[in-house]
Amino acid sequence: MSSAVLDAPRAKRGSISRDRKRALYWSYFFLFLFVIFFLTPPFYMLLTSLKTSGEIAEAKFPWWVFHPSLENYTSLLGSQDYHDFFINSALVSLCTVAVTMLISIPAAFSLSRMKFWGSTALAAGVFLTYLIPETLLFIPLFKIFSWVTELTGIEFINHWWVLIIIYPTLTVPFCTWIMIGYFASIPKELDEAALIDGAGWLQVLVRIFIPVALPGIIAATIFAFTVSWADFLYPMVFTTSADQLVLPAGIVTTLIKGDVFDWGRIMTAALLGAMPPLLIYAFLMDYYIAGLTAGATKG
Amino acid sequence: MAVALPGQRVAPRGGLRRLARRKSTVAFMLALPLILLIAGLVVYPALYSLHLATLNKSMEHFVGLGNFDFLFKRELFWMVVKQSCIFAITAVIFKALTGFVLAHFVHNIPTKKQRKWRGMLLIPWVIPPAMSTLAWFWLFDPSYSAFNWILNYVGMDNVNWLGQPNWARFSVILVNVWYGAPFFLIMYLAALKSVPEQLYEAAEIDGANWWQKIRYVTLPMMRNIISITVLFSLIVTFANFDIVRILTAGGPIDQTHIFATWAFKLGIEGNDIPLGASVSLFMFPILGVAAWFILRDISNRGQEA
Repeated sequence: MSSAVLDAPRAKRGSISRDRKRALYWSYFFLFLFVIFFLTPPFYMLLTSLKTSGEIAEAKFPWWVFHPSLENYTSLLGSQDYHDFFINSALVSLCTVAVTMLISIPAAFSLSRMKFWGSTALAAGVFLTYLIPETLLFIPLFKIFSWVTELTGIEFINHWWVLIIIYPTLTVPFCTWIMIGYFASIPKELDEAALIDGAGWLQVLVRIFIPVALPGIIAATIFAFTVSWADFLYPMVFTTSADQLVLPAGIVTTLIKGDVFDWGRIMTAALLGAMPPLLIYAFLMDYYIAGLTAGATKG
Repeated sequence: MAVALPGQRVAPRGGLRRLARRKSTVAFMLALPLILLIAGLVVYPALYSLHLATLNKSMEHFVGLGNFDFLFKRELFWMVVKQSCIFAITAVIFKALTGFVLAHFVHNIPTKKQRKWRGMLLIPWVIPPAMSTLAWFWLFDPSYSAFNWILNYVGMDNVNWLGQPNWARFSVILVNVWYGAPFFLIMYLAALKSVPEQLYEAAEIDGANWWQKIRYVTLPMMRNIISITVLFSLIVTFANFDIVRILTAGGPIDQTHIFATWAFKLGIEGNDIPLGASVSLFMFPILGVAAWFILRDISNRGQEA
């Protein structure tokens, strides 16, 4: 009798933990399936990049590589075109990051701490501009830039550096928005104390806000870099000659020609092109994710 | 106004006001580059596209609503409208569902291991979409498709992934879900972690099953984040360009075009800038709806604070 009474709660607890365990195993099982689904394309990129064109054409068993070779890598790294794409991409992305930070940090400081007429409306406006998609703007921007070219004689179309002027439209609104969030979370006592001690507003920004909000600035930098590295539409619209292209547009327009696909080289080019964002992600994952979630949780 | 104290030493009278004025001037100067950028490269082009849409192809005459009249009479235009809506709505539903389910799976496993799984699951979002779409393109290749190889292996027929209109529509949605679901996963995982554990314990004591816990605890707690992510994603997916452009370029026979790819084809490749601008203007309505929701949200937050 007494043992039955004692057993009852123990049995119940046992069933709960068994349920938990089962839920755990099912979670792992489905996570595993999804990881396979999610990683198939990058894995297949890697496989193909290690294959010779002979092995690709043979197509006996596409899901493994039997005679790995670095042929695609060496030929690609030696090619002038690919070299140009990489340099152009790097220059465009780094300059865009610099321009973005120079614009959005002071603006976020001003909008979160120093009020002026219309600053609240501007803060809301910044968020709305973030929502305006590039696909709505590329045609008028193209027209405006060709018009400016006619007007000034400076060639704005078909030069890689025009992207440095255009990409901030993609990066600045979001970076400003998340920086406003980070700056707003800094206690007011901090800058008030500095102001009482006789610091100017610029000193407050440089000496206090930038160091304290550094994690936010890193997250915003990562965002700006990955967005400008990955953009595809604007380079397709504004640049055409091979020496002016950036990576995404360059791979798509120069390596895919007519019906002849050199898939080994295309996959190698795409994989190498995806490396910088992947490396940043691998080493700075927490900042990367902070930047991702900041937009919605702070906004 | 402790702020004005240091200024008083320099200019005893009137200095206070001047300093206040200077503060707002400094603030305005700091925000000026942002204002110029938004005004010159976002607001002006957006308004300019309204003007462009009323011109003829050579951009010499004003044709009023002529471009829209022309579009409305074309069957292809209505196909693009339909395809854009199907593409965006289906893709967003599946992205949100996948993200929601995956977030629960990740949340279920021990905290120490979550980082590793989350790290792997976010990779599709990190690879630039133009490059991962190339990999999908190669996986869908008509003669070397690695998916078809598997299908053949288990005794099924080849699928013409990108050559048959309905399969091509399926493929672009699949790739978009693959690319976008990790974003939802991260958002929903962060939201799940912020739901207090006591609520679930209370629900469990009340005898709630897993579905009731989701329905009456998780969903109400996550309502805000779900609506915001869905709204964002709807805009971005509606305006998608790279995936459709690289996978199908609108083909076969223009059957997978969405607004952005069709506007690109007409405006940039076809040199009919006004017509392209008219097509891209159709992305405004959804933006308007989103803007309304978000402005309401921002003003609500203002009242709470």
